[in-house]
Amino acid sequence: MFARGLKRKCADHEEDMGGALAGFRAVPSYSLQRQSLLDMSLVKLQLCHMLVEPNLCRSVLIANTVRQIQEEMTQDGTWRVAAPQSTGRAPLDRLVSTEILCRSMREQDGVHPAPGMGDDHVLGPGSELSTVTSAQTPRDPQNSVWEMDSPRENRGNFQKSLDQIFETLETRNPSSAEELFSDMDSSYYDLDTVLTGVVSRAEPGPCDGLQGLPPVATPASSSSCKSDLGELDHVMEILVET
Amino acid sequence: MVLQPSERHYRDWNHGRLGPWCSPSGSPAPLSCETGCGEGSWILVCRLLVPTQVSLLSMEEDIDTRKINNSFLRDHSYATEADIISTVEFNHTGELLATGDKGGRVVIFQREQESKNQVHRRGEYNVYSTFQSHEPEFDYLKSLEIEEKINKIRWLPQQNAAYFLLSTNDKTVKLWKVSERDKRPEGYNLKDEEGRLRDPATITTLRVPVLRPMDLMVEATPRRVFANAHTYHINSISVNSDYETYMSADDLRINLWNFEITNQSFNIVDIKPANMEELTEVITAAEFHPHHCNTFVYSSSKGTIRLCDMRASALCDRHTKFFEEPEDPSNRSFFSEIISSISDVKFSHSGRYIMTRDYLTVKVWDLNMENRPIETYQVHDYLRSKLCSLYENDCIFDKFECVWNGSDSVIMTGSYNNFFRMFDRNTKRDVTLEASRENSKPRAILKPRKVCVGGKRRKDEISVDSLDFSKKILHTAWHPSENIIAVAATNNLYIFQDKVN
Repeated sequence: MFARGLKRKCADHEEDMGGALAGFRAVPSYSLQRQSLLDMSLVKLQLCHMLVEPNLCRSVLIANTVRQIQEEMTQDGTWRVAAPQSTGRAPLDRLVSTEILCRSMREQDGVHPAPGMGDDHVLGPGSELSTVTSAQTPRDPQNSVWEMDSPRENRGNFQKSLDQIFETLETRNPSSAEELFSDMDSSYYDLDTVLTGVVSRAEPGPCDGLQGLPPVATPASSSSCKSDLGELDHVMEILVET
Repeated sequence: MVLQPSERHYRDWNHGRLGPWCSPSGSPAPLSCETGCGEGSWILVCRLLVPTQVSLLSMEEDIDTRKINNSFLRDHSYATEADIISTVEFNHTGELLATGDKGGRVVIFQREQESKNQVHRRGEYNVYSTFQSHEPEFDYLKSLEIEEKINKIRWLPQQNAAYFLLSTNDKTVKLWKVSERDKRPEGYNLKDEEGRLRDPATITTLRVPVLRPMDLMVEATPRRVFANAHTYHINSISVNSDYETYMSADDLRINLWNFEITNQSFNIVDIKPANMEELTEVITAAEFHPHHCNTFVYSSSKGTIRLCDMRASALCDRHTKFFEEPEDPSNRSFFSEIISSISDVKFSHSGRYIMTRDYLTVKVWDLNMENRPIETYQVHDYLRSKLCSLYENDCIFDKFECVWNGSDSVIMTGSYNNFFRMFDRNTKRDVTLEASRENSKPRAILKPRKVCVGGKRRKDEISVDSLDFSKKILHTAWHPSENIIAVAATNNLYIFQDKVN
């Protein structure tokens, strides 16, 4: 289902992203990685341990990371206070977003081997590139990663795709889930690579290898969870309340 | 507080010798006498597992816990979450070893005395006393539970027959007295042998009660409770070298206590901003200088260490020294700050150095040089490329501790997969050992372990991807004068000693 294909190379915009990343052409874009890190961090901050006070040190470190990303995105011009979108999605979506994004990227690459589509839509400062690139399904081959959809539309598409992917996951039996993940190995490690700026020398293993890792905590659906990216204030409120 | 009393005390319990801690023979204890630490001459002395059942015994009952421990098999594993060891500490002579666990229980082990009959048993530790130190509480104002998990235990130096230790959870520090009773009075006038009151009319003579030997009983009593002084979670306690005061540190404040006074404490450090939304840095660990009772250090989540002198002002908001290593720009990432957060800070026994542990390294700093550490040791650098995954599963926030050996020549810290690492500061050699049931038979020599970081994996190596991140060694302790170490792995306590010893 997720055929390995040539990853598209986009030399031009990656130069803009920063020299350090120029070498990592075969990975999902830096902004995508950064976005998923931001998502992950916001979820972590919103996970409310209802019984015991959350660890202040951990909260402060995560909040600092969020702030750092926000500052960088503000400088890039890609930070936008997006309007709150419809909630009712459990945070589980966002937790899975890292994998899904990677997988979607890969899937996209497999379907569109032709480089250069949309590459001319440069990611310069102030560009209208959506912060969440749409994970289009194979049914819609015309959309490219760099298509300049409006952010909300993109987000809607993204959510739709998440739904579809979830359905797919649910219908699969365990053994094929193995296959499902076996192809995404290097993308998972690439996330690490790009974000830490260090090339991983280890041979990439299965995506959910780092076996024995405690599963990522998924909260019972927290009714007060907002999924709005831009609500840093709300996040800080939580920090302060704790 | 004058310097002299602390010197005097130091001299007293160091058996008349000033200067760095030494092995009993007087020379600095090497990691391994002949072969160097890379050769792995550590053996497992015993693995201790105190079953949950012991905690059901209340303190009032006269039960010899040593009998209990011996009658239980040491291999069974009803490990519950409450049994997870959360702190380990030797006392100042090394005779006693205390552990605290998530269930709020303290278990004290005592070293087996050397005897001619059973030479091979020397170095083993057996249960000496068990007591429930902290209970779970509920903060009604915030509607939050206060965990009973013991965050730290610190011993007071012994000044009489009883032993004293401080134990703390997130909010309350307690001073416990652990004492032995091996005699009891018999022959009361007003009570009979069973303790029932005698009819005064039947008493015709007076007698003096005599002390008769009884089975040894170890009892623990709470002598002081230091409560309601911390809004945030206590992460450290440290006994001052004057033995009259101690400090407790939480995320934002440090308080100074006198042992005799429980209803007040002095606030000596406060980094809480006026507006909590501006909070970007917290206190992660603090410790008093081993000899100078006016000096202490505290570390932060931004990788800095501040040394403060209490003589300078009542509130030590301005540090005397500020230790920070400039950031390496080539290693910069979104995780740089998180991995620079210091999880533990320890003075050397000599008082000249401090050691800090951050996520990937252990650093030794000279108190006289603030701009960078004098030594940096990589604990598990192969994790550097995995930081995003470790951030996702929260492992990046694990707080590892670090310890010095008695002569400050070797430092030790834990890692994942039940590995722990030792670094010999003199020979610059290091070794990775494993604390696990499968690989250790009593008295067998521990085999050094190696993590393969890429390329071909050799036969005995383990690859990074096979590491078990749920098995982490956060707490270790080193005997103050001998090469005996205690390593806590979940609910197991491993005691290792140098084979030559």
